[in-house]
Amino acid sequence: MSSELSVKHLLGIKYLQKEDIELIFKTADHFKEVINRPIKKVPSLRDITIANLFFENSTRTRLSFELAEKRLSADVINFSAASSSVKKGETLIDTVNNILSMKVDMVVMRHPNPGAGIFLSKHVNASIVNAGDGAHEHPTQALLDSYSIRERLGEVAGKKVVIVGDILHSRVALSNIFALKLQGAEVKVCGPKTLIPKHIESLGVGVETNLKAALEWCDVANMLRVQNERMDISYFPSTREYVKQFGLNLPLLESLKKEIVIMHPGPINRGVEITSDVADSDHAIILDQVQNGVAVRMAVIYLLAAKIKQ
Amino acid sequence: MSRKVLLDSNQIHIILHRLACQLVENHTDFKDTVLIGIQPRGIFVAKRIEEILKQEYGLTDLRTGQLDITFYRDDFRRGEKPLEANKTRIDFIVEDKRVVFIDDVLYTGRSIRAALTAIQSFGRPREIELLSLIDRRFSRHLPIQPDYNGRQVDAINEEKVKVSWQENDGEDAVYLISK
Repeated sequence: MSSELSVKHLLGIKYLQKEDIELIFKTADHFKEVINRPIKKVPSLRDITIANLFFENSTRTRLSFELAEKRLSADVINFSAASSSVKKGETLIDTVNNILSMKVDMVVMRHPNPGAGIFLSKHVNASIVNAGDGAHEHPTQALLDSYSIRERLGEVAGKKVVIVGDILHSRVALSNIFALKLQGAEVKVCGPKTLIPKHIESLGVGVETNLKAALEWCDVANMLRVQNERMDISYFPSTREYVKQFGLNLPLLESLKKEIVIMHPGPINRGVEITSDVADSDHAIILDQVQNGVAVRMAVIYLLAAKIKQ
Repeated sequence: MSRKVLLDSNQIHIILHRLACQLVENHTDFKDTVLIGIQPRGIFVAKRIEEILKQEYGLTDLRTGQLDITFYRDDFRRGEKPLEANKTRIDFIVEDKRVVFIDDVLYTGRSIRAALTAIQSFGRPREIELLSLIDRRFSRHLPIQPDYNGRQVDAINEEKVKVSWQENDGEDAVYLISK
């Protein structure tokens, strides 16, 4: 196995090879051990500066990236659109080039527009990590989801994963589909027909509109949040009806003939896509996902930094 | 490429026993002592030393660990390809312990420099000593010397010292390889 990634940026899972994911996971195993030490820090990236540019709100992802960067001893600067010159009309390239002229080596960016990271990677001279671009991709989330499945079930290949909820607006869903298929898992999506993109079968995934049937089929259920903030029209009659058809509760989970693993990328709307008793049960690995997120992001940043030549 | 035998299996056997004996001389019952093999190849030396201490000296409850220094190296981004990390396994805190680093070849001293930083993640040791099977003297980049030394070797930079182990490479031997 190569000790180097095939890419210079992490723009999406679509651009990765299977070997890249294996290398990231193997490296993340080491970092997971590091972050459980009494002193949770290594000096590898002490001469690297990373800018976290968040043009869209985020708590978990941003904290996770920042912690990963600090655990690697990188210098970190943070930027959020709310308090910036973007409001004064500055373009994305200008904003980023201004930041890069302060000698920044890597940019972690979340942006509401799909393809923002790809656009940036063509115009600026720094490694770009996509931390979510609109409804397109959220590669590190998909990596940490697969890493958590691998940790819980031994491997991802051959496992059956159903992604439930708002597939249409979800970058987590798309990145997960790419990542899971690349590793040889079977994938189905489940949700209201209005929230499942047309032609999604062309990505090699099945569609199921009955939650119970989907759960009976799967080994892992990834429950997505209904992204009300991205919905310009009404996609289902009411939240109550959504909960009745696609909400996961403990009686439903216990009625299944087998044990399944429950995941959620957060933030959870308790009582909507998943009830509290399920979220807090032993079936759920939601907090493991969060812990693994730091280790996986350390691995991604470390491996990309290794490609920045002095 | 030529290959010269520096030590054969019998000589290695004798040296390992002598090193173990020297450790016992300084550490007696190993109550506060921990043995740390440096990844990737120091772990084989550490394993052998541990076996001798157990079998010959009846020291059955030795504390041992393996330390990987990849993320502490000072040549990150300077080489052609990044180095692959290995497993670190230290299931105890080294706070106030007497740590003995064990490695196969001491060359520039940079690995040990990295190990000195890495071990601090597990606490503040009372002292740290170094045991190396081979000491390539005159090629040090840093002021680091072994406390327990198997064999001193004079080799030029173009030459390589390779330590082979039965369990990993099929034989116990130390070779000097020149281009």
